[in-house]
Amino acid sequence: MANSIVIDPITRIEGHLRIEVEVKDGKVVDAYSSGTMVRGFELILKGRDPRDAWAFTERACGVCTTVHALASVRAVENALGITVPPNAELIRNLMFCAQYLQDHVVHFYHLHALDWVDVVSALGADPKKASEIAQSLSSWPKSSPGYFTDLQRRLKTFVESGQLGIFANGYWGHPAYKLPAEVNLIGVAHYLEALEWQKEIVKVHTIFGGKNPHPNYLVGGVPCSLNIDEVNAINAERLAHVGQLFEEAERFVDQVYIPDLLAIASFYKDWGAIGSGLSNYMAYGDLPVNGYADVGAFKFPRGVILNRNLAEILPIDGADPMEVQEFVTHSWYDYAGGDQVGKHPWEGETKLHYTGPKPPYEQLEVNQKYSWMKTPRWKGQPMEVGPLSRMLVAYASGRQEVKDIVDGTLKQLGVPLTALFSTLGRTAARGLETKLIAGWAKEFYGQLLANIKRGETRTANTTRWDPSTWPAEARGVGLTEAPRGALAHWIVIRDRKIDNYQLVVPSTWNASPRDAQGQMSAYESSLIGTPVANTDQPVEVLRTIHSFDPCIACAVHLHDEHGRSVHHLNTF
Amino acid sequence: MRRSPTIWEQAESLGHSRRDFLQFCAWLAAAAGLESSSVGQVVHALETKPRLPVVWFHFQECTCCSESFIRSSHPIVSDIILDKISLDYTETLQAAAGHQAEAALHETMKKHHGEYLMLVEGSVPTGADGVYCCIGGRTSLDIVKEAAEGAKAIVAWGSCASNGCIQAARPNPTGATPIHEIITNRPIIKVPGCPPIGEVMAATIVHLLAFDTIPDLDAVGRPKAFYSRRVHDTCYRRPNYDAGLFVESWDDENARRGYCLYKMGCRGPVTYNACAVTRWNGGVSFPIQSGHGCIGCSEANFWDNGPFYSHLENLPGLSIEANADAVGMTAAVATGAGIVAHAALTSVRKRKVIVDQEREGLERDGQQ
Repeated sequence: MANSIVIDPITRIEGHLRIEVEVKDGKVVDAYSSGTMVRGFELILKGRDPRDAWAFTERACGVCTTVHALASVRAVENALGITVPPNAELIRNLMFCAQYLQDHVVHFYHLHALDWVDVVSALGADPKKASEIAQSLSSWPKSSPGYFTDLQRRLKTFVESGQLGIFANGYWGHPAYKLPAEVNLIGVAHYLEALEWQKEIVKVHTIFGGKNPHPNYLVGGVPCSLNIDEVNAINAERLAHVGQLFEEAERFVDQVYIPDLLAIASFYKDWGAIGSGLSNYMAYGDLPVNGYADVGAFKFPRGVILNRNLAEILPIDGADPMEVQEFVTHSWYDYAGGDQVGKHPWEGETKLHYTGPKPPYEQLEVNQKYSWMKTPRWKGQPMEVGPLSRMLVAYASGRQEVKDIVDGTLKQLGVPLTALFSTLGRTAARGLETKLIAGWAKEFYGQLLANIKRGETRTANTTRWDPSTWPAEARGVGLTEAPRGALAHWIVIRDRKIDNYQLVVPSTWNASPRDAQGQMSAYESSLIGTPVANTDQPVEVLRTIHSFDPCIACAVHLHDEHGRSVHHLNTF
Repeated sequence: MRRSPTIWEQAESLGHSRRDFLQFCAWLAAAAGLESSSVGQVVHALETKPRLPVVWFHFQECTCCSESFIRSSHPIVSDIILDKISLDYTETLQAAAGHQAEAALHETMKKHHGEYLMLVEGSVPTGADGVYCCIGGRTSLDIVKEAAEGAKAIVAWGSCASNGCIQAARPNPTGATPIHEIITNRPIIKVPGCPPIGEVMAATIVHLLAFDTIPDLDAVGRPKAFYSRRVHDTCYRRPNYDAGLFVESWDDENARRGYCLYKMGCRGPVTYNACAVTRWNGGVSFPIQSGHGCIGCSEANFWDNGPFYSHLENLPGLSIEANADAVGMTAAVATGAGIVAHAALTSVRKRKVIVDQEREGLERDGQQ
């Protein structure tokens, strides 16, 4: 007899996600993924100035902040035929790298680690042994026996207070937790250290974009100017700060994140055969090194892998109406042409129409419509997007540095290539690309300094800034890679205003409901076969879902102030 | 019943020295805009209070407020603020999921009825009976009403909870509604911004913990400590404005010298926020310092006061020198005329200065 489990809310993610699974004989046999919040971004964008769209769409997500702004300015630049100066491309790349470094580390420690690390078990660890293990893993200085003793005392005091805060009601002690107590203690230590560190790397955004989250972007370039003779511009002091932030980031990744990832993975090798899901992988690619037009030179290459065939990389054309299409067969929207058709985003429609159960509800009507997410397909095929897809496309494209790091890691863990197609593979791929990015950021930084040295300081192309220079109608597509996977914005500009704007975001590819043919998307597909030891504590389901790093606010497209009373109370 | 440890006891057990703790208290006092003589009061409050139960809701939002909060920069803030309050429910960080998460929430709501602090990130959709945002099968409308019942006070994080923000922009497809329009019988502190500055968020919590009072609020419910000054009046580029020195085009010579961004659409003259004083991410910069105008993200309806790169001269204006409370009420619709009037007056007053400075600049350039 199948046992039905609902997990809502899925926590340690961005946004509102609900997972319903059927469990039979200790394994998931059916799964449904639902986005339960919608804001209607695409309706709000209609009629606005295309140069403002980056600011609107950036608010699609505050976790992967900046990536929507980047997709948006690229879409407008594509529509209007604008090429940005090389320095603007480099600064965008540096902001991209800073975003990945922060986002991936926060995902690993603060959103994903508690699926693998048992906080309560760390209470029983031997701090001296933890110190020995930590020192055998890396040269990170915070690894003395005293450090772990202090940490453990902090943890004990916290638990004994009876106020467990964010750790309350976790699945502690569940048999699926496999780490020795000492490794759990190291994990908790680095959870806290990563929380301190993550606020540093984002200062790259603050320097170039004025703030984080949600730094500023600009159609045609970047808003900051370079002037090494001016305190009010990006000068040697600002650049030195950026350089130092990337140095420290690389140290943290090399000495903390990667060693932890490998150490934890070595205890969970069985997860290299769980959570495989789809066998199609897609990456739009990013990090141009020779201008955005030279796709072949991107650090992350573009392409599609079908049926795990690493011998062939298929090209992607965002402008081809037959390639990327969105379906609403199982989504709470109406299409004028009926629910069975797929629509290319330039022709996309966003008409909200809720037909689900009346809240409060226990179960969704999963054979009908059951999500605020649309269902995107590439040539009719479901695609997994994200770090694993990026690494696979780069690996299959023959990128040597990617092959080296992937093969080296597989060898170190003693697992076959097929272990990549799994929950563990996704989590590992995220770490490996973080390491690559830490290195690439330093290359981009060096190139920026070299440009300035030879007198190249332009950061904006304003030839098409004035709307009077624009054609009556223009269409553009902006492709990028969000930390969570392939992201694109499509824009139609008519009479200098936005006529249509559609976002097709990574978590929509991965978390969407079934399509018109009944094909599952990545989340649902990857859950099939996942073991569930205890249906009251489905930590295994969380592991696989978290391995995708869900980010749901962007996936669901997306009064008069007088007379209200304001309460001033003297006591709180 | 076991007494919950005080904040000082916790800080001590977490390995912080007394010196760290006192420095933290001094920083809190400074952040809250207090005289140095108040530090003792802060120390006393944190030494004697058990951790405050806190529940943090996410409705229609993008989580930028949570992200901003964890960016708060003072060295021991992440330890003290995250550990010194008892954050019993937060979808972003908590270990538990699904019904275990909901159980944690309900336990706090029951056990600490009337005592817990409720933090809200996001607006609440009221369209279509609330189905545009459901958690655990219930509408956010339902959840917010239930939770507010036992809350001691509510903090509306960010522009979403304070004024509806982007999803409430025209045509507001989901009926996105700020908290104060739904809950009218509880004290609400609005901390607007998209997102608010991390240190401002931390300081708001700290004020409640340390002083046991709601901070002094302006006419629209924002803490005066952080929202009583216009970005324009505290901007380090203000002298350029007064001298009529403006950026005319992106990355032009004037941009490279850091002149005023008013002609590029800067909303600093109608935006009340601490950006130009507190700055962002540990004081590293703020939008204007990095070359982009303020978009006015802490003011209600700022999304509909665009386009961001032009002035709205046809909107009703008001005296730009009006006091903060009065301006705060209508600042959001005053973008254009106020700035233009101010600029025109300044321009007349400063014309001679401008001419002189320009001549000086030309001479300097000629010499190079």
